[in-house]
Formats: sequence, structure tokens, C-alpha cells
Amino acid sequence: MRRRDLLFAVIALILLWQLVAMLVNRPILPPPGLVARTFVTELRGDLLVHFQASLWRVIASTALSVALAAPAGLILGQSKRLNSLFSPLIYLVYPVPKVVFVPIVLLFLGLGDAPKIVIIFLILFFQILVLVRDQAAALRPELIQSVRSLGAGRRALFRFVYLPASLPGILTALRQSVGTAVAVLYVAELYATQKGLGYYIYLNGSTLLNYPAMYAGIVAMSLLGLGLYFSVDWLEKRLCPWLFTS
Amino acid sequence: MIELRSVTYAYQQGTPIFQDYNWNAGRGEAWAVLGPSGCGKTTLLYLLAGLRLPTSGQVLIDGKPLTRPRPHTGLILQDYGLLPWATVRENAVLGLRVRGFYGPDGKHAPQDFQRNLDVEPWLRRLGLEAVADQYPGQISGGQRQRTAIARTLALKPDLLLMDEPFSSLDAPTRESLQSLTLELQAEQNLTMVIVTHAIEEAAVMGRKILLLATPPNQNAHVIENPAAAQASFRETTAYLALCRELRLLMERQDR
Repeated sequence: MRRRDLLFAVIALILLWQLVAMLVNRPILPPPGLVARTFVTELRGDLLVHFQASLWRVIASTALSVALAAPAGLILGQSKRLNSLFSPLIYLVYPVPKVVFVPIVLLFLGLGDAPKIVIIFLILFFQILVLVRDQAAALRPELIQSVRSLGAGRRALFRFVYLPASLPGILTALRQSVGTAVAVLYVAELYATQKGLGYYIYLNGSTLLNYPAMYAGIVAMSLLGLGLYFSVDWLEKRLCPWLFTS
Repeated sequence: MIELRSVTYAYQQGTPIFQDYNWNAGRGEAWAVLGPSGCGKTTLLYLLAGLRLPTSGQVLIDGKPLTRPRPHTGLILQDYGLLPWATVRENAVLGLRVRGFYGPDGKHAPQDFQRNLDVEPWLRRLGLEAVADQYPGQISGGQRQRTAIARTLALKPDLLLMDEPFSSLDAPTRESLQSLTLELQAEQNLTMVIVTHAIEEAAVMGRKILLLATPPNQNAHVIENPAAAQASFRETTAYLALCRELRLLMERQDR
């Protein structure tokens, strides 16, 4: 995908928005120009604070889930015994939509960042765990034996084989779940907080009836999701160059 | 150099692959291990590599019983065992990096190991300079196998074990790699054990040929092949005669 094509797609979307806004011609769908101006003025006001709050929650939960799920996935992928012990549990929990846990987590953890971070963590954790586990398990025994024959013990195998082997799994998991994570963050931020884009969007839309600001919030949340997605892409190109050779 | 002393090896169930098996190989010798699939060729190689331990009896290398992979033994497997995420150069240097990771502990790396990550001479010797920055997925099977050889020889082994190293290569590549391997074997004074199911390969690569049969293997069946040392052995009648003899022996064992 080329940058120029992406730019065209962006312009096409904005034009479509403009067109629909003109056809609808009601305050609940302000045109993109107005939203852009509001976005800029709001950024100097509250929007930036809300954006930072949401960004922090996503980053903290991502870091936490990678830090816990990747090693766990590696261990399960290496050990048939542990994997057969845990796989029924993972099998049951993996497909459950974690967003239904939002009320429970909120009840237990109350106000602040912690419940939001935990919710996103729950989504990312299982995704990363399963993908890293499967990738570690798919490493061919011949490869392991070859590296062992070079003198590698458990620690060197981890450093030179399992760790690099798990990177694509982590990044694929992040790519697949970053959208869901932002969506769930929105839901989680509707409750028990006065910071975050979810709260900002809801406040402006339902209480203040400031529609351009609500749209500015939606744009900010979209940018958050897109930015994360692009970051994963960038990281993958940097960390896994072998995936991009033909 | 290699001594198998009443080695018995059995997988959990079934007939033992080796039973009370004795075999000796001298330093600097080039051996080919030939036999049909399921005869225990790869098992023998894993025993020599210290990746498997005998059920009873002993495998001695240089007079010392083997209990784990030995730093001076190099192993090259059929499907190369290259890291797909590392370039040719990074793969070639892997063994040295593993050694540097542990330091000269005598267990993972020899006690006299000096930190060194220079594999350029090996890349040059094996004609890999042009593809040094490419990934295994981008190069040919022959180049992959040469990378595996570079990686192993960079560790300066005295014993080289190879499991069907050339079986997935096309004929010209296979023959040139066979010659290169023999050259390197002589040049580095390596003791070499190459496992193969191909009669022609055993005839070319082995100055001595160890024939394995359907398990249990009880007595080492060795065929001397001194003629293999002469140039263009492949075109001699001695070669054809040896191939015929090996084929007959294998067929007889099958019955």
C-alpha cells in the first residue's frame, strides 16, 4: 500500500463526510471543516488531557499484557505438559467477549485508571498468549536440536530462538486486538471516570450537546486507534524484517 | 575418536534400535552411515551428538563418555536448522554468539574459547558473501546448506556429524557440495560421520561405510572404501562395483 493511495482514501472519506453533512444539514452532523476547527481549539483546552488519559491507559495495558502474556505463551509453547494442563482453561476463556467483564471489573476496582487498564489487559492478554504459544509450539524440533548442538542450553535457546520467534506473534496479536481494545476503552470510559476520550465524547454529546466537540472527540479516538495500528506496522517492519522479503 | 561400547538404545516401546552395539571410528576418518529408513541412522547421529543418551552402554568421544552435546562436535541436519529470522551472516555467527553468551565454561563452549564473531572468512570460503545479508527464505537450498556448514565450521569442530545433508538438493548442487564437504574435511582434519539413505552418496562420501539394517542392530557391519580418495571416483568402475555391492547388501538385509 502506497502513501499516495492512503492520502487519496483520506480525502475521499472527508469529501463523503462533507457531502452527507450537506445533505443531512442538521447540527448532529457538522461538516468536517467545522469539526477540524473545533478539534484544534479543543486540543488547546480539555481534549488533549482526555487524549493523554486514554493513550496512557492503552499503552500501560499493552505493556502489561505483552510483559505477562509473551513469557507465559513461550512457556506453554515449550512445555507439552503445562499446555495440556492450561489449554482447556484458555479454550473456555479465550472466546468470551471480555467487554462483558467491564461492570465486574468496575465494581471491584472502582474509580481511576486501574479498571480500564485491566479490561484492555484482559483482551490483549489472551490474544497474545494464544498466538505466542502456537508460534513457540510450531518451532520445528530440528531447529531446536540444531541450535542445541551449537552449545545452546535453556537460556541461550530462549534468547536466540524462542524470544525472536515470539515477536511476530506478539505483533500480530496487537494488530488484531488494538481496534477492539480502543472500542472497549471507549465503553469503559463511560463509567466512573472524568478523564478519557470516552467520557469526553459522551459528555459533549449527551450533556453539553456540543456536537462539533463530540465529533472532535470521535476524531481523536479514531486517531488514537489508527496511531496504534500504524505503530504496530512500523514496529513489525523494524523488528521482523524477514517477514517482508519475498 | 568415537567409541560405542555395548550401546543399547530403545525408544519406550518396541525393539531396541541398537543392542549391545560396538563400533569405533578413528580421528580424521570420513564415515558414511548407510541404511534404509527406520534403521536408526538418525538415532546413531543423535547419540554421537549427545542429544540422546544410550539406554545402556557408553558413547565415548576422545575417551570421554558423552553426557551432553560437546562443544567440539558440529551437527548439520537435513533441513538445515537455520533461524528464519536471521540473515545468512547472522546465522553463520550464531554458534559463536551462543558461545559468547555463556563464555568459556567448558560446558557450552570450550574452555579455551576466545570471544570472536568473525565469520567473514567462512562466508568467503563457502561462497556466501553475495547473499550474506539475505534471509534463509530468499536463498537456494544449496546456499542454505552452505550457511549451515559455515555456522558449524566457524566453531572449529573436530567431529562433524551430518544427517542427510544433501538429500533435498538437485543433483549438480549435491555433487558440488559433496566435493566441498570432502575438501573441508581433509583441510580441517575433521572426523566426519555422514548419515544417508542414498547408496551413491555413501560410496562417494565414506572412506568407510557403516551399514545399518532393520533393528535391532547388533554387530557393526563395516565396508572399507579406500578407493573413494582418488580423483573423479564417481566415474570409476570401482565406484560402480561398490554401489552394486552396497545395493546387494541392503537387499539381502531387507529379506
